[in-house]
Amino acid sequence: MTQTHRIPGKGLLIDRARPVRFTFDGVEVQGFHGDTLASALLANGQRMIARSFKYHRPRGVMTAGSEDPSALVEVLEGSQQTPNVRATTQEIHEGLTARSQNRIGSLRHDLLAVNDWLAPFFSAGFYYKTFMWPRAFWERLYEPAIRRAAGLGSLSGHHDVAVYEKAWAHCDLLVIGAGPAGLMAALTAARAGAEVILADEDVRMGGRLLSDQPAVGGLSGPDWAARTVAELAAMPNVRLMTRTTVTGAYDDGTFGALERVGLHVPAPGDLPRECFWRIVARRAILAAGALERPIAHPDNDRPGVMLASGLVSHVAKWGVNPGRVVIFSNNDSGLATARHLTAQGIEIAAYVDPRAIPVTEDFPVYAQATVTGTRGRHGLRDVAVTHAGGTSMIPARTLALAGGWNPTLHLTCHMNGRPVWEESLAAFVPKPGMVPGLSVAGAARGRFSTAACLADGVEVAGEVLRDLSLRPKKTPVPEAEDAPYAIAPLWAVDAGGRAWLDFANDVTTKDVRLAAQEGYASVEHMKRYTTQGMAPDQGKSSNVAALAVLAEATGQGIPATGTTTYRPPFVPVSIGALGAGGRAEGFAPQRLLTSDAKSRAMGAPMIEAGLWYRPSYFPRAGENDWRTACDREVAQVREAVGTCDVSTLGKIDVQGRDAARFLDFVYTNTMSTLKPGRVRYGLMLREDGFVMDDGTCARLAEDHFLVTTTTAAAGLVMRHMDFVHQAFCADWDVRLISVTEAWAQFALAGPKSRAVLASLGIRADLPFMGCTHIDLGGVRARLFRISFSGEEGYEIAVPTRYGASLFEALLSAVHAEGGCAYGMEALNVLRIEKGFITHAEIHGRVTADDVGLGRMVSAKKDCIGKAAAHRPGLTEPGREQLVGLMPVNQGETLSAGAHLYNERDLATRENNQGYVTSVAPSPTLGCWLGLGFVKDGRSRMGQVIRLDDGLRGHKVLVEICDPVFFDPEGGRMRG
Amino acid sequence: MRYSGFRVFTQGLGGNKGWTPAWRRPDPKPDYDIVIIGGGGHGLSTAYYLARNHGLRNIAVLEKGYLGGGNVGRNTTIVRANYFLPGNSEFYSHSLKLWEGLERELNYNVMHSQRGLINLFHSDGQRDAFARRGNAMLAQGDDAVLLDRDGVRRMVPYLDFEQTRFPIYGGLYHPRGGTARHDAVAWGYARGADRLGVDLIQNCEVTGIDIQNGRVTGVQTTRGAIRARKVAMVVAGRSGQVAAMAGMRLPVESHILQAFVTEGLKPVIDHVISFGMGHFYISQSDKGGLVFGGDLDFYASYAARGNLPMVEHVMEAGMTLMPMIGRARLLRSWGGIMDMSPDGSPIIDTTHVDGLYVNTGWNYGGFKAVPASGWCLAHLMATGTPHPVAARFRLDRFRTGRGLMDEEGTGAQHNLH
Amino acid sequence: MRIPCPCCGSRDRREFTYYGASVFLDRPAEDAGLEAWDAYLHLRDNPAGVTRDLWYHDPCQSWIEVERDTVTHAILSTAPVARRRA
Repeated sequence: MTQTHRIPGKGLLIDRARPVRFTFDGVEVQGFHGDTLASALLANGQRMIARSFKYHRPRGVMTAGSEDPSALVEVLEGSQQTPNVRATTQEIHEGLTARSQNRIGSLRHDLLAVNDWLAPFFSAGFYYKTFMWPRAFWERLYEPAIRRAAGLGSLSGHHDVAVYEKAWAHCDLLVIGAGPAGLMAALTAARAGAEVILADEDVRMGGRLLSDQPAVGGLSGPDWAARTVAELAAMPNVRLMTRTTVTGAYDDGTFGALERVGLHVPAPGDLPRECFWRIVARRAILAAGALERPIAHPDNDRPGVMLASGLVSHVAKWGVNPGRVVIFSNNDSGLATARHLTAQGIEIAAYVDPRAIPVTEDFPVYAQATVTGTRGRHGLRDVAVTHAGGTSMIPARTLALAGGWNPTLHLTCHMNGRPVWEESLAAFVPKPGMVPGLSVAGAARGRFSTAACLADGVEVAGEVLRDLSLRPKKTPVPEAEDAPYAIAPLWAVDAGGRAWLDFANDVTTKDVRLAAQEGYASVEHMKRYTTQGMAPDQGKSSNVAALAVLAEATGQGIPATGTTTYRPPFVPVSIGALGAGGRAEGFAPQRLLTSDAKSRAMGAPMIEAGLWYRPSYFPRAGENDWRTACDREVAQVREAVGTCDVSTLGKIDVQGRDAARFLDFVYTNTMSTLKPGRVRYGLMLREDGFVMDDGTCARLAEDHFLVTTTTAAAGLVMRHMDFVHQAFCADWDVRLISVTEAWAQFALAGPKSRAVLASLGIRADLPFMGCTHIDLGGVRARLFRISFSGEEGYEIAVPTRYGASLFEALLSAVHAEGGCAYGMEALNVLRIEKGFITHAEIHGRVTADDVGLGRMVSAKKDCIGKAAAHRPGLTEPGREQLVGLMPVNQGETLSAGAHLYNERDLATRENNQGYVTSVAPSPTLGCWLGLGFVKDGRSRMGQVIRLDDGLRGHKVLVEICDPVFFDPEGGRMRG
Repeated sequence: MRYSGFRVFTQGLGGNKGWTPAWRRPDPKPDYDIVIIGGGGHGLSTAYYLARNHGLRNIAVLEKGYLGGGNVGRNTTIVRANYFLPGNSEFYSHSLKLWEGLERELNYNVMHSQRGLINLFHSDGQRDAFARRGNAMLAQGDDAVLLDRDGVRRMVPYLDFEQTRFPIYGGLYHPRGGTARHDAVAWGYARGADRLGVDLIQNCEVTGIDIQNGRVTGVQTTRGAIRARKVAMVVAGRSGQVAAMAGMRLPVESHILQAFVTEGLKPVIDHVISFGMGHFYISQSDKGGLVFGGDLDFYASYAARGNLPMVEHVMEAGMTLMPMIGRARLLRSWGGIMDMSPDGSPIIDTTHVDGLYVNTGWNYGGFKAVPASGWCLAHLMATGTPHPVAARFRLDRFRTGRGLMDEEGTGAQHNLH
Repeated sequence: MRIPCPCCGSRDRREFTYYGASVFLDRPAEDAGLEAWDAYLHLRDNPAGVTRDLWYHDPCQSWIEVERDTVTHAILSTAPVARRRA
């Protein structure tokens, strides 16, 4: 192909000195730098670009923008593939590879075109009425067939490895759209000193000035736009964003915007494909112009049928030669288009207008006439024009539809606002104030002439500036055409056959009328029943006409019929862009221990614990599974000593004269009686009476406590304590701060832990549950004598920057005593052997009594959760209580997640006696141990019950026992 | 008019001129035995089952807007029975059984598709919790399969098994879980109820509930007063306002849940996949759009629209879990109003007013409950006793603490379920 | 959505954690009885319109009572919770 359909000398955006080769459907095509895929294909005479959604009708290019309902293609890059790309916005570049989509076979010979023949049976909602028999056929036959036929383009199925970005921007004024209104608004505001962001979807700013090219202030439209943009670009308080579509209006002046950064570049390198912007603006002006709409007439969907505005753009911006053109218009802008094109040497074969207009033009005019059909299998050949004298078949290559203009008011409705019907424009216009801080200027609020748009930009900017307490400088409005706009609404031409309203979803006037006939008569029912407006273009070209046809069918009138809801985004946004940064590890912060590098170097598999990574176990040579390493680590702790990084536990520093009193209020037990230098285990309830968290509370000084939380609940407990303080006792002298990140903390556990301390030069004369400040090689550290293993245990805390070196020192010292580092697996075994609970047990539905800690709720004082914990449902018999579980046959394994049933009962919900929460293979006791909950469990000690894990086909008889399996007296801990 | 493939064929031959309205548009009568406030999924199914199971005919459904205009028409269409706690287990199990015959029951293709639901887990602890849930599903008589990582990979190989922030340990597979065409459920019940004589009255907003001597006597509406012996409030997203008309405060706080759909794509996701670490769940509709959602926006709202933080969070979750969807484009996002209850489980109960019933607190699980909710509320209204599978959905359980069903274990904070 | 933190100024919603209606501030006495505690913990006016609710600004640890409209999302005022008692 050789660009046979290019008009010499025309094409504002193309650089004829820079030919660009790309391929479409495997064929190499040449265009020019600045072309879109659509303009380049049209310039090469290719009008058919796509197959329609449902009937697989041949389709071409209708518009020159992102709103195009038909020209959707796939773009390929290696193994990556982007579906549903608008050919009208995809700029071509060297090596661009695109192909048509939604077809079986080639674009010209699509097997699914058979659907078009079956159209009578595929009326709106037909699928609700059939495919019901036989039942099993739905999933096996009907649905797979429907799914294969539906959809448009395809994803590759490979990970999208491209780069996307997100960014923030802040400004005084966001101007959306850089046509005449937007440019004047931005200029007015920028000259007044406002921080302005001007965002425009297109490659070059100017809007319709670049297409219609009216004279502005004595210059051509494009020249005036270029001069204005240059002035703006030179101002330090202005940021110009081209290729940027504002996609959504959100609360408090936050807008979403999508910038196409690398999509038009052959080798983008580090450039992201797209950047999703969050623009926070004190005020915003929507100057997004208006979108032209088609007219529904029989067979109005063939390649070659375009919107008049799309045609004008293709001629002006890319020099596309449309051949003989028929224009079908019901308004003055269509007539102006006919004159404009004629002046540029385009042959207007007919201008067709249902109105009684004078017939004094340089082209054939058919007044009081309509287009009643088209011919041409893969592209328009003839247009049937019905007029007073009958029907004429007029040969034409392009049919331009000019059905009037819909203001691009979508963003004003993103907060559930509805626009109002303006009879004189036969269009909806925005209602002021629907999005706080967002004003509308120009064609977006129905000011359609160039002069009106320019003036409106100045005026609206002036209003906004006053709100921003800025003084507008006098900005003269340049002179421009100010033609009136008159329209005689014509939504559909009834002449038999199918007349398309929604080209993207293949919805015809018949479908809308059928919906009304069947009672789906509200606009929302019609939309949902016919799928009108639910396609990739979200009904941009069809919504108003469809509801007009519905209004006619129901006799309700357009204002009473109303619109459906406008929802963001204004144009579809890739998940990659909106989810930028989420890929791979980026989804959530990674919190690393100070011992992380060393643990990894020791070969420890790291596992996620909330946002943290913790070592699972530390394998030694020859240890090929977790179990071997874990058994060894447990044994070494029980027999010698082990060390473990416990820094993930939440740490909250509590200080003040009323700190003790405050802690008495948040803990169920009493902390005010704790002596300085001592530690107490504490339990917190939620205000609804269930256990929130457990941990320790150390009294470092009279007015200074350190509270620890579980890893999982650190943030929750911090918020909770802040709430209790600020809401209920803000007048108490107490201050709270999270110090989780400030301290690295390591557990030492085992009979030789004291020896390890000694080797580190720490005098270990601390009583069980004692705490003290220590000096560790000149570093002020803290030592706690607490145990989560049941052995004599200590925890040493140092400022985080010393964590890595302390871990190294502990490792050496521990190894010297025949000990080891231990990981989460061993930690878990050790705590289960001792019946210590974690969030597996305190899972949010348990009371203090359920986990055997009822006595920890002090009767002497109020505390958070105490009142609600006394509700009858939380105190009555029959609750599930924490118990230990041991296999009756010692060699059998237990599984967490199993349920518990009486020995002879079937495993049904009604028979359920409880469930297992934690299990561990205990090398110490030589069998598996479990913790779980059993109805009235504490009164069932010694009973045998069946552990039933139907999911894994595992059944074991277990004995209910005390949850403390090892050293129940606690002699080892106390040393 | 009965629907069938044959009818579609003959109507097609005749230019589809003969299709009759799916439901009448009656004017309200002055007096009904039963008035259902709310023409959403639950209200319509309640009316249908009152007529079908209990032989009652003199029933009106009052809808302030259009039928099915609430959450039944704006959800992610997931149908499942995979609960852990008694109360929920038997109820959703019953609901799924009703779903399984719904097309034939209603003579309306609701496109219930049992494409299988996979709940992914990402740690040993989560595996245990899902196993516990799976065993509860088996004990209830439903289906559940525990998949290891390779098992998940065989079914959904396109997930990121290598790089994702929270590695996939496995999944709980619920083969009978799936999706349905949401609007069709409302329309199918509406048409079914209409055919049994129920008056479906649209654009009729209830403005007051008439109560005399502790007994409900009717409702005031924008289309006049209507007398009724029994009235049910079935108004998700407006429960607080309607209950206030009867002098009630409900244990409900209303929140926004956003949902998302992409442009149409050829089939790429067969199952329903749920990613707990990211609060992300996704399926692909028969039309080809990826339908997905996340967590609440987390602040009380009636705006039926959300904000960017949750939009972005959901997309980020999608990108870490299944980066192949990066080039699919978000077409539309919307918000539904969720009536969040303090334990995350619903309420179907009588009230302190004789003859006044309440159906609320569906959190974000209401869509799949549509059949059983209607079935059970109809049972309660017709017989005066709770249906056995909904017997725990009591209004007073929060006050007494008896029979709470807090699946998430997050406690009495409405937005955390 | 942006919330004016009394301490830090206008901040994006993602810096805040939501709790619930500000009825949570009016904690009943320990012995106030089931009804009072039910009302405190569970029952809500849940207005479609102006409400007061509680937000935590994570960076500065302030609990804030926000007066806002649940239909429009307009924020009418904010005040630190601690001010009530301090």
